[in-house]
Amino acid sequence: MSTVSPAPAGGPPPAEQHDPTASAVSLEARDGRQTGLKAIFGGGEAASLRVLIVLALIWIVFTIANDRFLTAGNLTNLTLQVAATGTISVGVVLVLLLGEIDLSVGAVSGVAGSVVGVLSVQHDWNGWLAIVAALLVGASIGLLQGSIVTWLGIPSFVITLAGLLTWQGVQLKVLGEQGTINISDPVITNLANTFLAESLSWIVAIVAIALLVGGTVLGRRRRAAADLELEPMIRLVVRLASIAIAILVAVYVVNQDRGVPVSLCILIGLVIIIDAVVTRTRYGRHVLAAGGNEEATRRAGIPTKRVKTIVFVLASTLAAAGGVLAASRLLAVNQSSGTGDVLLLAIAGPVIAGVSLFGGRGSVWAALLGALVIGSISNGMDLLAFESSVKFIVTGAVLAGAVILDALARKRRLSQGRS
Amino acid sequence: MSTQTQADAPRASAGAGPLLRLRGVTKRFGAVQALADVDLDVHAGEVVALVGDNGAGKSTLIKAISGVGPADEGTIEWNGHNVKIGAPGDATGLGIAVVYQDLALCDNLDVVANLHLGRETRRGPFMDEIAMEREARSLLDSLAVRTLRSVRAEVGMLSGGQRQTVAIARAMTGDPKMVILDEPTAALGVAQTEQVLALVSRLRERGLGVILISHNLADVFQVADRIEVLRLGRNGGSYAARPDQRQAVVAAITGVSEDHPAVAPVAAAPSPSTTTHDDGAPA
Repeated sequence: MSTVSPAPAGGPPPAEQHDPTASAVSLEARDGRQTGLKAIFGGGEAASLRVLIVLALIWIVFTIANDRFLTAGNLTNLTLQVAATGTISVGVVLVLLLGEIDLSVGAVSGVAGSVVGVLSVQHDWNGWLAIVAALLVGASIGLLQGSIVTWLGIPSFVITLAGLLTWQGVQLKVLGEQGTINISDPVITNLANTFLAESLSWIVAIVAIALLVGGTVLGRRRRAAADLELEPMIRLVVRLASIAIAILVAVYVVNQDRGVPVSLCILIGLVIIIDAVVTRTRYGRHVLAAGGNEEATRRAGIPTKRVKTIVFVLASTLAAAGGVLAASRLLAVNQSSGTGDVLLLAIAGPVIAGVSLFGGRGSVWAALLGALVIGSISNGMDLLAFESSVKFIVTGAVLAGAVILDALARKRRLSQGRS
Repeated sequence: MSTQTQADAPRASAGAGPLLRLRGVTKRFGAVQALADVDLDVHAGEVVALVGDNGAGKSTLIKAISGVGPADEGTIEWNGHNVKIGAPGDATGLGIAVVYQDLALCDNLDVVANLHLGRETRRGPFMDEIAMEREARSLLDSLAVRTLRSVRAEVGMLSGGQRQTVAIARAMTGDPKMVILDEPTAALGVAQTEQVLALVSRLRERGLGVILISHNLADVFQVADRIEVLRLGRNGGSYAARPDQRQAVVAAITGVSEDHPAVAPVAAAPSPSTTTHDDGAPA
């Protein structure tokens, strides 16, 4: 904004202010974030890369400690283990993006699992119907909690903490005296216990890569046609190539064992859909905006209360979906479904993978990456036959480290912004 | 206040009536009379500075115009028509945009996203980022904004002047007829203040009505056409933004009668104890 305009009639001419400050200011802007620097996974590129490096380190350490860690069989197990928690985490990411928290997701997943079990086993419901019912229960819980949080302005921390207790009680009630229900309906059990045929898995992988490359090229063409800044070609090629190779290697490896788990496909599908919602739709933009500055968002005419309530509905629904996957994998639900460390791991995953607790920053892919990090730690320590005491301590330390990094990054941002 | 209108205020262009005309605006907060019978005219292509001490009612008046805090009494005419502004949406609908002192920007979003917040362009189910980015570019170009190198820079990373620029540019996205700027230069350094004031001049060149709230009289005299003083919730006079009016404006803000500059009565006054604070000192 150097003042080169013709001096307006009224006030004194705004002086020759081709000042040095102006150029200093523009230099500063360049340091911010560069144009077209679309992150590898939609969110912050640096954050995603950091997580991948952490993941690689964890894998290296465990591979050295136990050569069974990096086998096709174990990696397939790993994906099976993370599917349920990862699905819950997808919803947690949305809530975190708002700068809120949902402590009830574990309990909601337990309730959903119980609903599926009771309806399918005790009431002979069709498996699909039972799943839909469980998801609806989750959505209703989210609507209730979200409404209370937004319309009454009660901190989400408190309401969802109350929800945690309440829904655990509901779960015990739903399960009844037996306390454990074994699920046999193939529709439900197949979710987490079947694998894509090898040929199908390759087709899916190829189609996914083709869509990714095609979409990227198309987007680049449109940007070029609109005469906008483009991402450097080398970076683009490296990014696409590494993603494609990662997909192909992953598919190849798991195909050495049982194949690509259906539950993993469900998780990745959900991540892709929710990521598209967050990064590419108006609604997602409003979620990010509300997480960044709720008052500003409200003043921009955006119905922030509705936006926030819907996030809680989505989070609880995804938690319910995670509960269904967990029930499917266990072939049963019981009184401890969704309790214990389910909640903590579902929240820790995204935070470890770079979703800010302060709202507005992070990628949905953090749900998958974070679940992989936590799942790898847990899986590796199981292989090494560590006691659960050690597992808790290590996982806790990793979480604390991630949160400290987040806080430091925020501090740096605050001191950088506003000169 | 007894000190009504001094020098004739310049009327910018427009043979027609004012763009915005307030008459008898009154607002109470419980027992506190925040605004009493306030009048204000703003023409198209005119920068009106609203000045006054803390608690003079500037913010209250702005809130009445923007619909955030509607007035209790009084009429608002827009382009000669009586209108009711009962909510922020009403003001936006008329073409009144407000840039608040806190800027109301989302630090975690980039410039493009902030400029389009709440009115994102869509292409199918998704946002049309390309259209929005182009629009952002041309908007900033049309305001001759050159300090922003990248419209994809996160707003939280920008300097105070850049952020103010983004906030003002954002107010322009709705194609308003009037822009209200609340203390736009309050937190800025000298160079950045110059940039923002130049931007304000550009708004006037575009034929917008501008209300500028400021504590900084230097800024006000540099950029405004007319200065409206508020004092204790009432009109304290209307002044042309000419250097020779400066004394008069300061006097109107502080409430010291122009004929009796603060220093004079102290020496002359035979009155006991209470000296300079005596607002209602007889002429």
